[in-house]
Amino acid sequence: MKIQVLFFGITTDLTGKNSTFFELDSNTTVWDLKQQLIAKFSKLQHLHEFAIAVNEEYATDDLNLIDSDVVAIIPPVSGG
Amino acid sequence: MENTSIQITTKTLNLQDCYNFVQDASCGGIALFVGTVRNTTKNKEVTLLDFSGYEPMAVKEMQKIANQALEKFSIHKIAIHHAVGELKIGDIPVIIAVSSAHRKAAFEACEFAINTLKETVPIWKKEHFEDGEVWVNAHP
Repeated sequence: MKIQVLFFGITTDLTGKNSTFFELDSNTTVWDLKQQLIAKFSKLQHLHEFAIAVNEEYATDDLNLIDSDVVAIIPPVSGG
Repeated sequence: MENTSIQITTKTLNLQDCYNFVQDASCGGIALFVGTVRNTTKNKEVTLLDFSGYEPMAVKEMQKIANQALEKFSIHKIAIHHAVGELKIGDIPVIIAVSSAHRKAAFEACEFAINTLKETVPIWKKEHFEDGEVWVNAHP
């Protein structure tokens, strides 16, 4: 299955991208994807934490991803 | 929802618009929080701030905050407006306006809204200095 990954804030600088597509096995969880992202973009390790949103909602690590999901990497926010 | 006004914009925020939205004859008070761009961070002079957001999700999260404020506090209306793009010293990145019959609820809802916004809404600021730039909160 294929998902889209969006990068925001500092993660655009760390990865050099605003978005990318990922080919994943079925039964991939948010936690699995985080490990794959860190493996592919090693500079993400410099970030002490980041959240994941799936289809514009915050997601927990155990959520199963499905085909065509839009996954956003959410580094610590700093609005206001 | 008719009791909430949520906005993310590249335009200059308009305090009067927020005030007019929440103003109502049934209300005894309006609380306003206006965020402004400060000229220093940790004794370093800031030249400008660059705000960016995941806009569709940010709007949803701001709407959730407004709905929660209406549930938690006895308020009449709430407006939450946030600017994105480059802002200079003194510019306004955020306005929160709340009206209520009695002042306590308006003050409390206003504080709840700005505190929650700073924790959950996917908006980021990059501080620019004379000698560089840094994403705020990214390396605490």
